[in-house]
Amino acid sequence: MEILGNLALGFGVALSPFNLLMCLVGVMLGTLIGVLPGVGPVATIAMLLPITFNLNPIAALIMLAGIYYGAQYGGSTTAILVNLPGESSSVVTCLDGYQMARQGRAGPALATAAIGSFFAGCVATLIVAMFAPPLAEVALKFGPSEYFSLMVLGLVAAVVLAHGSLIKAIAMVILGLMLGLVGTDVNSGVLRFAFGVSELADGIGFVTVAMGMFGLAEIIANLEQKGHREVFTSKVGKLMPSKEDWKRIWGPILRGTFLGSALGILPGGGALLASFGAYTLEKKVSKNSHMFGKGAIEGVAAPEAANNAGAQTSFIPLLTLGIPSNAVMALMIGAMMIQGIAPGPQVMTERPQLFWGMIASMWLGNLMLVVLNLPLIGMWIKLLTVPYRILFPSILVFMSIGVFSLSNNPFDVLLMAMFGLLGYVCVKLECEPAPLILGFILGPLMEENLRRAMLLSRGDPLVFFQKPISASFLIVSIILLVIIALPNLRKKREEVFVAEL
Amino acid sequence: MVIRSPKDFWAGVMFIAFGAGMAAIALKNYQMGSAVRMGPAYFPVVLGGILAVLGLVLLLRSFVLKGVKVPQFHFRPLLFILAACLAFAYTLKPLGLIGATLLLVFISAYGGDEFKWKEVAILYVVLIIFSVLVFVKGLTLPFPICPEVIEDFCRF
Repeated sequence: MEILGNLALGFGVALSPFNLLMCLVGVMLGTLIGVLPGVGPVATIAMLLPITFNLNPIAALIMLAGIYYGAQYGGSTTAILVNLPGESSSVVTCLDGYQMARQGRAGPALATAAIGSFFAGCVATLIVAMFAPPLAEVALKFGPSEYFSLMVLGLVAAVVLAHGSLIKAIAMVILGLMLGLVGTDVNSGVLRFAFGVSELADGIGFVTVAMGMFGLAEIIANLEQKGHREVFTSKVGKLMPSKEDWKRIWGPILRGTFLGSALGILPGGGALLASFGAYTLEKKVSKNSHMFGKGAIEGVAAPEAANNAGAQTSFIPLLTLGIPSNAVMALMIGAMMIQGIAPGPQVMTERPQLFWGMIASMWLGNLMLVVLNLPLIGMWIKLLTVPYRILFPSILVFMSIGVFSLSNNPFDVLLMAMFGLLGYVCVKLECEPAPLILGFILGPLMEENLRRAMLLSRGDPLVFFQKPISASFLIVSIILLVIIALPNLRKKREEVFVAEL
Repeated sequence: MVIRSPKDFWAGVMFIAFGAGMAAIALKNYQMGSAVRMGPAYFPVVLGGILAVLGLVLLLRSFVLKGVKVPQFHFRPLLFILAACLAFAYTLKPLGLIGATLLLVFISAYGGDEFKWKEVAILYVVLIIFSVLVFVKGLTLPFPICPEVIEDFCRF
């Protein structure tokens, strides 16, 4: 039972007082920003990245991971009480959660969300612990062509799962890849697309792009929407679900957990897709499907379990392959690089304490969340009454300080503003920023591996199809693209995304 | 020819501009190399080409498929938010955290739909105390706290 030994090592690391404290800080901060609509984990983690430089790598990653899954907990509170998704992955929780709150059953809805999330968190942690090592072993044998094809697959999956137009999503990925090339070319030393600006020699900082495209653009877009939200706080009622409720939720929680875990592993997947998938599935299989949308407790349990499971398993591709499956994971890669750790399969063998410590901390973090959050719900509700006009200048202050401190130079803030403008234009033209971010992170890696593979094969592009692993990645990508281009399925995909509005 | 889907049309224009522009810059300034030994221009030219083609498809399609209008741009929040960030960045060194944050908070708050002097002033005071304590004292970011001119008067 190697896994037990590994987990014991992990808990040894995660239970050290300082790491416990960082985990607590992470999940509390995550819940906080999850509760507040309009502040997402991407912007928060981006804000904190420069600060993590001063921490040791384990503590930094434990805290950042805590923010991500903490946000999944917090998001549901807002969804249930205000009918606003605090977090994009709790969009579906609004449907039935808010209805339950209106019927005076906000308490059980909140408790169900927390219990479902906790159960899913436990299972998903185990899944990560079980599946990551064998995957990493396979990944150690990857050469440049396998890596290139794998990244193609990752990007294709991100495109398939993006909202809206397929062409636009592909174009955004490519735009991201190109932006990633700005700076010094490692092979030739040539400065590309720098336009004589010396600050661009090291390339555009990932944090800068993420803050601009997500943070700034989001704030500007939020400010357009006038109108005040009504907080449904009058009566939370008793928290614990009744016996009848328990009977109804355990099935959905179980199904949501497994569906969410599976979808979280997919590149481009993660929490958002998991919650949609679980809700749709539950609506199909539930005996109470006529109740969905009118306050069915199953409609809260399944997506909440799924989004938390998905949030955790999306760490698998990051930890084993060094490939981010969504924007938050891309930031985690950024955090690892700041600490001088090259993400990839070697992390597990070279730094077992980091790897297993992080996994153990995920379970501890989930425990903290469920223990702390139910008693603290009153405090979170108070937070919801803070108006946005107070929030957004505060967010801007933290963002600007964070970006400025990257290299102590106003230029990064200028770049952030430019990407904010680009992000705003993209919102207006219905081009998703998430694929761009993914492309941006993978751009230099892809070029590097493409060049190496081509050099090894003496310029024969068929090499990508001659190696079995590489070929299968490419074939899966092609199949995915073909499937999604078929008119029939395209319609289905659009329906799924329309349903969310 | 009537543009039937303005959103797609403008997205197409944007992608063509980026793709063709960056490919042209790469082609003109950097070496292409060969497929075996790719030069610094190779990857960007290929990507730029694909991006421009995708943009063209979007653009042509916008004359055929019917789509939605581009929603209205709201310039007030856009300009004030961006200006606030830039004001902060370029005044941080001369005016210190106290001055730069003042500009950032007031300019950005003015971009919102409701602006109350008193409220923003209180918010500013809270934020500046928090920032100085957490970022400068706690996390030891090398930011000046006070404006250069009166630096000597406020050593904490």
